Amino acid sequence: MKKTILSAAIGAAVLGTASAASAATLDDVKAKGFVTCGVSQGIPGFSNPNDKGDWSGLDVDYCRGIAAAVFGDPSKAKFVALSSKDRFPALQSGEVDVLTRNTTWTISRDTSLGFNFRTVNYYDGQGFMVKKGLNVKSALELSGAAVCVQQGTTTELNLADYFKANNLQYNPVVFEKEADATSAYDSGRCDVYTTDQSGLYAIRLKMKNPDENMVLPEVISKEPLGPAVRQGDDKWFDIVSWVHYAMVGAEELGVTSKNVDEMKTSGGPDIKRMLGSEEGTKIGTDLGLTNDWAYNVIKTVGNYGEVFARNLGPDTPIKIERGLNAQWTKGGLQYAPPIR
Amino acid sequence: MAGFALNLAKPETQRSSTSSLIYDPKVRGVFYQVLTVALVALFVWMVTQNTINNLAKANIASGFDFLEGRAGFDIAQSLIPYSSDSTYGRALIVGLLNTLQVAFFGIITASILGFVVGIARLSKNWLIARLAQVYVEIFRNIPPLLVILFWYKGVISVLPQARDSIAMPLSSYLNNRGLFFPKAIWGDGAWMIGVALLVAIIASIVIFRWARKRQAATGQQFRSGWTAIGLIIGLPMLTFLVLGSPVTFDYPIAGRFNLTGGSTIGPEFISLYLALSFYTASFIAEIVRGGILAVPKGQTEAASALGIRPNVTTRLVIIPQAMRIIIPPLTSQFLNLTKNSSLAVAVGFADVVAVGGTMLNQTGQAVEIVALWLVIYLSLSVTTALFMNWFNAKMALVER
Repeated sequence: MKKTILSAAIGAAVLGTASAASAATLDDVKAKGFVTCGVSQGIPGFSNPNDKGDWSGLDVDYCRGIAAAVFGDPSKAKFVALSSKDRFPALQSGEVDVLTRNTTWTISRDTSLGFNFRTVNYYDGQGFMVKKGLNVKSALELSGAAVCVQQGTTTELNLADYFKANNLQYNPVVFEKEADATSAYDSGRCDVYTTDQSGLYAIRLKMKNPDENMVLPEVISKEPLGPAVRQGDDKWFDIVSWVHYAMVGAEELGVTSKNVDEMKTSGGPDIKRMLGSEEGTKIGTDLGLTNDWAYNVIKTVGNYGEVFARNLGPDTPIKIERGLNAQWTKGGLQYAPPIR
Repeated sequence: MAGFALNLAKPETQRSSTSSLIYDPKVRGVFYQVLTVALVALFVWMVTQNTINNLAKANIASGFDFLEGRAGFDIAQSLIPYSSDSTYGRALIVGLLNTLQVAFFGIITASILGFVVGIARLSKNWLIARLAQVYVEIFRNIPPLLVILFWYKGVISVLPQARDSIAMPLSSYLNNRGLFFPKAIWGDGAWMIGVALLVAIIASIVIFRWARKRQAATGQQFRSGWTAIGLIIGLPMLTFLVLGSPVTFDYPIAGRFNLTGGSTIGPEFISLYLALSFYTASFIAEIVRGGILAVPKGQTEAASALGIRPNVTTRLVIIPQAMRIIIPPLTSQFLNLTKNSSLAVAVGFADVVAVGGTMLNQTGQAVEIVALWLVIYLSLSVTTALFMNWFNAKMALVER
């Protein structure tokens, strides 16, 4: 792990001229023929490899969506598994083109790290998981507990703030890898495991006895998770952002991967405009893509609702409700600016 | 250097100045050395400039100002007062002290264990020698990371949960959260016990020197070892009793989640410390065995011929000569142990690499933090090496 950081740092130092400081990620991506996305080392529902090494999850589908927008082919996406500690150097150094790795958007990451965030593909919040046997009903009863947490995350900072604000003592046990942190919790080294709530539900499934664990009701932070790109490349930033908006917009307009072909010819003007079938449209060429980029994304990956349902929804083992991630028309926060 | 000396010895000849300069080995030597230094300096300068330029282009903040910012994260085990309000710089110092702590105790334990096992391998007792050999072969041939994980996941995490802690002597408890023992709270005048201990140690050193001098002068022996033990244990005990036991204990008691009160050594520290000690001890054992075997057999025979008893021969004839051979490779093992302590990240012990890793992620200052790591480990290694060089010079054979 140290090696990766070192090589990333040295890469940034020595070879940086070519990739890190390059302003035209889109040209690089087109030249090499695939998009490289930084993903997690295995969080079910977001980015998780199966036993054959095929990745699936919400973040993975976002990466495939970007590949579909650029190449018209979602399979032209490559995934680099990164620990929470390694993800930023990997993006800074140009090892990945975009970080689709449940990364919280914060001001310091947006500014001093040199990244850009605009879209939120999952509104999350930090929670706590405990063993049912402890008989804890609220996070405020956790004084004196040992808490397992993953190193270098906003989670680690929120944890410190929350316990300090509520005048509670705790004993942090910090691991670099999520798998180590969860297995330490599972083996009883810690009383509490903390991460984003979506992650808690996913990780509960990996425990020896999932039913012995419960998620406490408190949500102690705002964790807007979204893709990040390097600063100084507005074109690439626009593409990554609008892939998200196209997926959210398509859901709002009722366009799905199943009916998109039909909608392309028979849909209303706003749908035709989005899918690039309007006369004389420049909806894609202005982005540096083909005009049917949004069509390709919806056709091959699906709209936001489909992607959510496939990876996280009630029919998956993770069983997360839409909640904050519902469309704005249904009381959620997902809202796409007009595509025109 | 040879050319340099040769040239100095040679008288200057009368030749045209340019060609004599070109063919002058001294000038040539200096030229190539200056060239090499200049190339290295140029390379370093280019890498630095390129890094600075690229960081600026990528809009990444650089410099070491971040060390004064608020850390915002907590560290479980700290030797100095630390909270999430402390600075990043202080967090790094906490990590450094944790590294030093595990390296210090690891080196002491590994040395003692290594010497015992190394000598045991040479034992005439078949069982002891074979056991020592098995120990060495097992630990020497397993990567240190696996040894750490063995202790952490294989030994400590299978200990009972906090509620079923194993009760140990002196009101100590052992469970999968670590070792809990009573914390002494010193009352008024307790500092005098420390003074008494210090006095006893100084007195022991004085007695050792006096006894050695007297033996050299008169041949009379003095039981200085027993006297020293008596002093070091007895004097503080006496002070303690005279002062009327100025100490109370804070005992660990069962809390809601875990034992509270008393002092705790976390399982992360225990597993890292034991793993590094056991792993390095296997190498030290081999070094010690090699050092002892390297002392010529004639030395032992000469000592027996003089009527010196076998254990005195080992202590005063064999070991001092073996030490000269043992110390230089021992230094490498101490350095290895210190560097291997960076494997702490695997078990979540807050050493300088783990804390630096958190800082790296919070601040994104990868280049600066990697540079700090390099400087820290380099200084630790150089300091250890300097100390061992001094010790080596002290132990070297005095030519008479």
